[in-house]
Amino acid sequence: MFLEKLSNLPGVSGDEGAVREAIIEILQGHPQLEWRTDTTGNLLVRKNGSSSPSRRVMLAAHMDEVGLIIVSIEKSGHLKFKSVGGIDSRVLVSKRVRVGREGIPGVIGVKAIHLQKPDERKKPFKEDQLYIDIGAKNKEEAEKHVSIGSYAAFDTECLSFGEGCFRGKAFDDRAGCAVLLELLREKNSLSFDAAFTVQEEVGLRGARVASYTLRPQLALAVEATAAADTPDTKKEQSAAVLGKGPALSFMDRTLIVDRGILQSLIEAGERTQVPFQFRRATAGGTDAGAIALSREGVKAGVVAVPCRYIHSPCSVLKESDLQDTVSLVRAWLEAIA
Amino acid sequence: MNAEEIKELIMELSRTVGISGSEDEAAAAVSGYLERYTSQIWRDRLGNLIAFKGGQNDGAEPFSLALVAHLDEIGAMVTRIEEGGALRFTGVGGIDPRILPGQPVQVHGKTVLKGVIGAKAPHLLTVKERREELKFEDLFIDLGLSREQAEMQVRIGDLVSFDAPPVAMVAGNSLAGKSLDNRAGVAALVICAAELAAVCHRANLYFVASVQEEVGLRGAITAAYGLVPDLAVAIDVTHGEAPGLAPPDVFELGGGPVISVGPNYHPALTRRLEEVASADRFAVQREADPASPGTDAWVIQVSREGIPCALLSIPLRYMHTTVEMLNLDDLTNTGRLLASFARSLDRPFVEGLACF
Repeated sequence: MFLEKLSNLPGVSGDEGAVREAIIEILQGHPQLEWRTDTTGNLLVRKNGSSSPSRRVMLAAHMDEVGLIIVSIEKSGHLKFKSVGGIDSRVLVSKRVRVGREGIPGVIGVKAIHLQKPDERKKPFKEDQLYIDIGAKNKEEAEKHVSIGSYAAFDTECLSFGEGCFRGKAFDDRAGCAVLLELLREKNSLSFDAAFTVQEEVGLRGARVASYTLRPQLALAVEATAAADTPDTKKEQSAAVLGKGPALSFMDRTLIVDRGILQSLIEAGERTQVPFQFRRATAGGTDAGAIALSREGVKAGVVAVPCRYIHSPCSVLKESDLQDTVSLVRAWLEAIA
Repeated sequence: MNAEEIKELIMELSRTVGISGSEDEAAAAVSGYLERYTSQIWRDRLGNLIAFKGGQNDGAEPFSLALVAHLDEIGAMVTRIEEGGALRFTGVGGIDPRILPGQPVQVHGKTVLKGVIGAKAPHLLTVKERREELKFEDLFIDLGLSREQAEMQVRIGDLVSFDAPPVAMVAGNSLAGKSLDNRAGVAALVICAAELAAVCHRANLYFVASVQEEVGLRGAITAAYGLVPDLAVAIDVTHGEAPGLAPPDVFELGGGPVISVGPNYHPALTRRLEEVASADRFAVQREADPASPGTDAWVIQVSREGIPCALLSIPLRYMHTTVEMLNLDDLTNTGRLLASFARSLDRPFVEGLACF
């Protein structure tokens, strides 16, 4: 699967070009596929299987990831930033980033512990105390490499580790992108639209435009969802668990999942014996929320790959969950075809 | 060594792992460099790596200079394996736990295992928890393993290093990574040894990569006792300028090596370092240390009958994080200044150290 390749690319909301180009490259040479891009940067792919579909189906995965944007350059050459999308500033401390299209290396350092007063040590660092340092001696040198508005993405190399796990950045939602790519590249009779959307993390903006264009009758967002199956968290507080298959949503902040879609997903899972779980949370939102309100309305659902530490420089997922998500969505597509 | 070789050197030393008390891997890497420029190399009982190069003293009574840089780095240690396979841990050396969430790590179990440091998800925190700093007990290491698997691979006491490979910055001739405190100092030893490789000097030279500095300056205690040098220079890092900090706490990156003055340092050595810097046109900075800044010089000074000491430091931003940053010119010039200093020494200077 293409998770590793996609995870390593920068694609902060509003700057998804590198991810889009990589996906297009992967799609090349597949006769069943045709694609176009729109003005927001969405990549819309049609898979023309041998069967003529009874309904227009749209799968959506977002290409963008949470990250940072440079808002000013200090005299000292340090870069002041704001976060793009929801980032807990505590995960930024002592991390590496890549700034701009050229991928200029930068680090987010903090005052050495030796120089902190006892009361300073007792507070979490806040975003306004943090800067990106590209090593520049001063503002002039920094300006040669970055400008206000440059994006910065986490610099974490994706790799497989543990028992069939992956560690890396931006699994939300490169995991979904990887799932869609598998389904698109398979040779089979299925026909559907796949939207690789932009700007999900800043308000589901790409999906809104994409679904208007594609006019689906049924839609499924393929996402990554927060798993907190880790110490210090009560079992019931964890929305999903690694290794138990994709998580199906009932409801979140943006959507009440269409009962028919949920039922057909459950049946598809049971019929093919693909493991799945229910997402035990209603927080957060996905592209499906925007799609559901497109034009006169679209029946929409969400399938998500459980993923620990999302929106941080280093998340963790299980490859079997990724595979099971592919299998479940395929089974669902077959059932509704 | 040219600029490219020096960059390679510091990157290799940053990449290598040597947490206090387990410095073998780092010692092997350093040894690979020092053996090119010295005649004898060994490790003492505590693990200090010592390389010797004799001087040419033309019949006068021999004397020796020890150049000491600590080899060890901060890290962590496994304390417990939890129900789900996650590991609890504590710090080795002074680590700010707030730098840890989302940090890739390596656990040195039966094999080297990749992992990541996790904490309770932000959306599950209470308002009170959000206002509080993260402590070690709030953090864990996720190896992507079940408890059974983890228990087969990992034991209590296994060490944890940061998986934070060095990166060359495009600006400021600088470089960032883990454990530049104090691989930078060790790299300066290597640069100095290379400078002196084909050069005459009167002093017998000991290049010492000392162990266990981060847990209490321990290696330097036994190294100084064992070698009995006539004088010594400790090479370490000092705080580099950074947002929220101002002189005199911090020093300019690119401003040159920092020479310390204060009770820990012999005035004649400090003066000689400054004279040599001025003669050879090295830009240097000056740091006043009213008490111990926590370097090997503190224990060397009072070893046996007393050993005159100086401290030369390389400015380093974000010390004790995984993104420590230095300027490569500062590093190079620290090594070269040390070499100039070593060449300047003679027997009368050493004899003068007892009456000043």
